Order: sequence, then C-alpha cells, then structure tokens
Amino acid sequence: MVGIVSYGTYVPKYRIRVEEIARIWGDNAETIKNGLGILQKSVPDLDEDTATIAVEAAREAVRRAKIDPKRIGAVYVGSESHPYAVKPTATIVGEALGIGNEYFAADLEFACKAGTAGMQMCMGLVKAGMIEYGLAIGADTSQSRPGDALEYSAGAGGAALLIGRDGVIAEVEGTYSFTSDTPDFWRREGQPYPSHGGRFTGVPAYFRHITSAANGLMEKLGLKPSDFSYAVFHQPNGKFPVRVAKMLGFGMEQIKPGLVVSHIGNTYSGSSLIGLCAVLDEAKPGDRILLVSFGSGAGSDAFSLIVTDEIENFDRTPRVWDKVMEGEHIDYGLYVKLRRKIRFG
Amino acid sequence: MLPRFWRKIRYRYNLVGTYCENCRTYYYPPRNLCPKCRRKSKIKEVQLSGKGKVISYSIVHDAPENFKMMKPYVVALIQLDEGPIITSQLVCKPEEVRVGMRVRAVFRKYGEEGESGIIYYGTKFVPDS
Repeated sequence: MVGIVSYGTYVPKYRIRVEEIARIWGDNAETIKNGLGILQKSVPDLDEDTATIAVEAAREAVRRAKIDPKRIGAVYVGSESHPYAVKPTATIVGEALGIGNEYFAADLEFACKAGTAGMQMCMGLVKAGMIEYGLAIGADTSQSRPGDALEYSAGAGGAALLIGRDGVIAEVEGTYSFTSDTPDFWRREGQPYPSHGGRFTGVPAYFRHITSAANGLMEKLGLKPSDFSYAVFHQPNGKFPVRVAKMLGFGMEQIKPGLVVSHIGNTYSGSSLIGLCAVLDEAKPGDRILLVSFGSGAGSDAFSLIVTDEIENFDRTPRVWDKVMEGEHIDYGLYVKLRRKIRFG
Repeated sequence: MLPRFWRKIRYRYNLVGTYCENCRTYYYPPRNLCPKCRRKSKIKEVQLSGKGKVISYSIVHDAPENFKMMKPYVVALIQLDEGPIITSQLVCKPEEVRVGMRVRAVFRKYGEEGESGIIYYGTKFVPDS
C-alpha cells in the first residue's frame, strides 16, 4: 500500500484584508469579495520565504510521522517562488530536516501544481522500491504586481506530504494527470511579477484541466462523485473550486472542509495541498477523498485517496483550520514593506 | 563570509550541540572539549529540543544595515530546557516579550548578501503558546 504517511502545513501569521488593498487602488471591496470569494490573504514576514515555509511544513510532517529523518530518500519542493533562480530549495530542506546526504532531490516548478507533481514522483519511487519514504512539498510566497487583480489573492503558505508504504494514513488509490500547452499565466525569466491572460484563465485553463483530470481519474477507477466523502480542487480564488465542483457533480458539503482560500488567499503550490491537509484533519477511516490540483501552463493532477485506520493513531494537532483562522491584520503600507515592493535608492 | 557560514550550517539550521557524558552538561554552540572536565571530558553531539525561556532581552532600535527593515526587533538571551544559554532574535513584537516567557525554535532567514548574494538561513525563536 502506497500513500500519505504524514503531513504538515505552514501559513505565515500576517493577513491583509481585501478592503485594505481596495482602499489603495480605488476598487470596490464588496465587488471584489463577491467576485473572488476571498476575504483576506496571508502575507509572509520579512524573514520568511519559500524555503522557510517548506522547512516548517516538512518538520511538522516528520515530527508527526515519528520516523528517523534519515529514512527519507527523496525531497521534492514544488514552488514558483524558489528563493534562488539557480540553487535548490530542496537541499536547504534536506539539511534542515537532518536527512543526511543520501537522498534524491530537486526543485519543481509547474505554477500551482508543482507540489502534487512531487507527490507523484515520490509515489513512483516508493512503488519501485527505490526509497522508503519521500517528501513532497508545495510552498509559495506568490508574487503579484501592485494594483493587479492577483494582488487580492496571491498568498503564502505550504504543505509537506510524507509518502511511503508503512503507516499509511491515506492510501493513494489512483492518480491521473491531464496536461496541455495553454498560455494562461506565466512569468518570464528575471521578471518580478507574473502576467496572466485575464478571463482566458477560466474555461480553457482551470475548468478544462480540472474537469478532464477528475473525470479521467473517476473513469479509470470506475468511481462517481457520490463515492467521495470529500473533494479538494485547486483554489486560485473562492469561486472557481465551487463552480468546478458543481460542473463535476460534487456538493458543497464535499468541498467546504478543504476550502481554505477565503482566509489565506491562493497559496499557489501549497493551495490544493493545504486544502487536502485540512480535510485529513477531520477525515475518518474509510473516507474517500478526491484531490485535483491545477497548474497554469497547464495541467491538473488528480488523486483518489482512501483514509485508513492508521489515521486514528495519528497526531493531527495543530489543526490546519486553526492556522488558517488565526493571524494578525496589517495595513497596505506594512504589506508593501514586508513583500519588498518598495525599493531604496 | 561564505565558507564561514557553510561550515556552521549544520549547527544553525538545527540546534545541534554537544553533551559531556562525564559531567552531564549540554553545550551550544558545540564544543570539542568540556571546559569543566578538561581531559576527562566525554563529548558527544546531540540535537537540542529547541524549547526554552527568555532570561533577558534587548529591543534593537538602531539596527545594523542588514536588519534595518526589521527594527525595532527583539534580541534575547534564551535558556534552552537542556541548559545552554544562547543569543537569538526573537520574532515577536517588542511589547510582547517578557522575562520567563516560553519560546521555541523556528527556521527563518538571517539575511542575505545584497540582491545577488547568498541567502543565510538559521534558527530563530518565536513565542511558544
């Protein structure tokens, strides 16, 4: 049995409200909140970045797994905001976890789905018997141009999933990916902020890939929406995952436990994984969970997970929703300082 | 600066200290020799818990160039539960810090050598609720 052995999450403590950003740019906060389904987003501190978020999430995962970190044979960190353009985040995480030196490692980038791509790589290595445990991390401190619509949603956070064969709390029943060359969102080398195709990012990108991956997986496994207790879809805002759930035939009660975006924003590579971890926090043995990520550019990874009896013995504190709901609100001035959007001289 | 930091990565990312089995004392930063037991010292490397309490602190208002963005910030003397006292930045508001307050280690950025230089990471502390 290959699956999730442990998980950990990290969300920076600062939050900025939609009202505060709208105040600066002369937008109507109510229109934005209704349009995006977002109330606020998380903001990293000056000394936090994708590497520190990845380390904190991974440390929680390893601590709860109660395993010797040296048994981890692979570390893959998915992000679109790696601190270095050249020099891996994965080695920083490996060193901070005390894994030793014998492990497979690489940084991954696939917009918001690099974390789930890491899960698939770890699953393959575990299944092939090449490693005992693999760590797949999705973490981001996503960038957004001041005044751009993305500024309301681009948050920070991450999740780490330990994949293995022993002590599995959620077995991966199957995985399926749907990928195409779709230019809906991108950032060119050396550019500080990403660009996007506006309304083009909806139907041909997010909705096409998520529905194709979800339907492809359910067809492969002979499952239907009602077979799942929970479903988690990538959360670029609060509206898209609700709409895609409806398109696929899932109800609000299946997606609500994992819908964290309204309070922390889109955490990019961390987004669907933090949602999954929130669901694992309350899942019971026998529950089936659908996870579908989406990364611009574009692709979706779908997973069907079955929660095992092991989850009853697993330490699920602190809970994801507690981390999501706490936080300290800041104003736009402090936000631009923390995000280094002001330059001196 | 680069080689000097690289040599300490192991001890900065994690609170890896030493323990003298002869007099049962923990040290951080790690020591090759126990200053109490001298030639009788029996030193081994240990991972410290990262939990401790504030025994004293300063609020830095006049910060060095690299830390100006963070001012005012807290630098504290933290006594780890194993005994060693270490100096570290404590990530909290100046008005939150108290002597005796429980703290725990976290992984944070120490700084960076300009926009194109290396980024330094290591252990800082936050209030432990």
